[in-house]
Amino acid sequence: MKSLVFLEHHGDALEKGGLGVLSKAASLGDAVGVVLGDGAAGLAAGAGAYGASKVYACEAPELVSPLPQPRVDALATLVEQSGADAVLFAASVLAADVAAGLASRLGAGLNWDLTNLSVADGELVGTRPALGDTVLVDVGWTGGPRLAMVRSGALDPVESGGTAEVETFETAFSEFSTLATLVEQTKEESSGPSIEDADIIVAGGRGLGSPEGFTLLEELAAALGGAVGATRAVVDAGWYPYSTQVGQTGKSVSPKLYIACGISGAIQHKVGMQGSGTIVAINKDPNAPIFDFCDIGVVGDLHQIVPKLTELVRSRG
Amino acid sequence: MKIAVCVKQVPDATVHKRIDPATKRLDRSGEAALNPTDLNAVEEALRIKEAQGGEVVLISLGPSKAAESLRKALAMGADRAVLVSDEAAPGSDLLGTARALAGALEREAADLVLFGQASGDGDGAVLWSAVADILRRPVISQVASLTAEAESVTGKRQTEHGYDVITAPLPAVVAVSDAINEPRYPSLKGIMGAKTKSQETLSLADVGVDAVSAGEAGARTTVLDLGPPPSRGDQVKIEDDGSAAQKILDLVVERKLL
Repeated sequence: MKSLVFLEHHGDALEKGGLGVLSKAASLGDAVGVVLGDGAAGLAAGAGAYGASKVYACEAPELVSPLPQPRVDALATLVEQSGADAVLFAASVLAADVAAGLASRLGAGLNWDLTNLSVADGELVGTRPALGDTVLVDVGWTGGPRLAMVRSGALDPVESGGTAEVETFETAFSEFSTLATLVEQTKEESSGPSIEDADIIVAGGRGLGSPEGFTLLEELAAALGGAVGATRAVVDAGWYPYSTQVGQTGKSVSPKLYIACGISGAIQHKVGMQGSGTIVAINKDPNAPIFDFCDIGVVGDLHQIVPKLTELVRSRG
Repeated sequence: MKIAVCVKQVPDATVHKRIDPATKRLDRSGEAALNPTDLNAVEEALRIKEAQGGEVVLISLGPSKAAESLRKALAMGADRAVLVSDEAAPGSDLLGTARALAGALEREAADLVLFGQASGDGDGAVLWSAVADILRRPVISQVASLTAEAESVTGKRQTEHGYDVITAPLPAVVAVSDAINEPRYPSLKGIMGAKTKSQETLSLADVGVDAVSAGEAGARTTVLDLGPPPSRGDQVKIEDDGSAAQKILDLVVERKLL
């Protein structure tokens, strides 16, 4: 089996997610990588250390902005050129659009939200948790090329110390692929304790009721020595910075303790925090999905419970 | 502006979802509702129509009972609904679903195609891009604020790294995030009015899709096996009677997390 792994980069490093998928692919068969956009050729060789036998690079001007459709053109060209049986992605906002566009373009099957990849009887098999992770599904493909997208954070990069040959390639672009253009980009830098490194995270969602509700969480996090996280809904509403967002389009975290306050537990949040050691949920809605995947769930008013918990933690000294 | 909104009927949030072991598909026999995040796309379409005039058409693929769910979006203010329903359609994977929707969208030739964020039943988080490729139109996804003009759309979207502002000429495909707006509740007048709005049902052949290109026959992905997930261990759920904070602390201390 020959896999082509999409290695995403924003700036001067390859994303960890793509390298994790590459490491796994290399353990299953021949793995080649592809890096597209500014600085691609320079970054490509670095993928050799994670098991790529070869890395393709294309730096066409159409690939400078992080937009999916020119990447579909480039990958469609490369699938043909490289003879890859499978094209593998690590989930991201960009990768999801690239993978789905490529599925249409190639008339190929795409399985997504996978937590693992394996080979059975010479064929690729994906593991996909379904229905809020209550069922584990083995998924396959009826033919090639097989397209797969792995959940962010599911596969860790493993350095194998190899080297990769870098080959640059050219591609043509469809007229419609270059119609969307990036007009502005804002990068957000995080301030304060990083949620990726914290052992304890106190996270808040819409149930906080207002941006001021985060003050309660900051006090509890400070008492516990942890960091504050947020759901996408409240980040989008401008209540808290994007750098603290946990979930599908935010960060995947796995602290020892995760305290979810006023968070319903939508799937896009769950994928970013279900790897946490102990999960505590406080929500006034007894039917909130978060109660299905926490260790202790409290049906109640977080505005009462959180300050009380902060006091109790503080009084322990 | 003519706006087509792709919506989907999913099992109601209160229904305990299960996969039918025989078909290895989601059991859709129970109470159903319109996918909640699709309502954001409907709301956005209505706001554009209210500002600029035009028409809002709902496009869906599903069983005939999905027509009931479409009525809710008609009650919100959409003008009419087109449901692609065909006995060859169940079991469609991404490709088959995208082909069927794209076929229905080609017939409508809308200026703007809107999708909601992701469906509550595990499908669709990637659908817009697959549809855009078939339609050969530009796509902007994860849009948290949208500006529609006569000739173009501009969306501000969220990524892992911050915000991108992307613009595309019409016709275009846009997927909105659930943060873009608060969907309105249908008014009584809207609910009454929905009963007389046009609801068209089309077959796969009507939308130019070969029965073998959709449904189980056209699926390029397959479910091999189902099994239980690794267990999280014991779960405790309590109602707060004033002692919840202490109980949380006890657990945290017991597990040596402090």
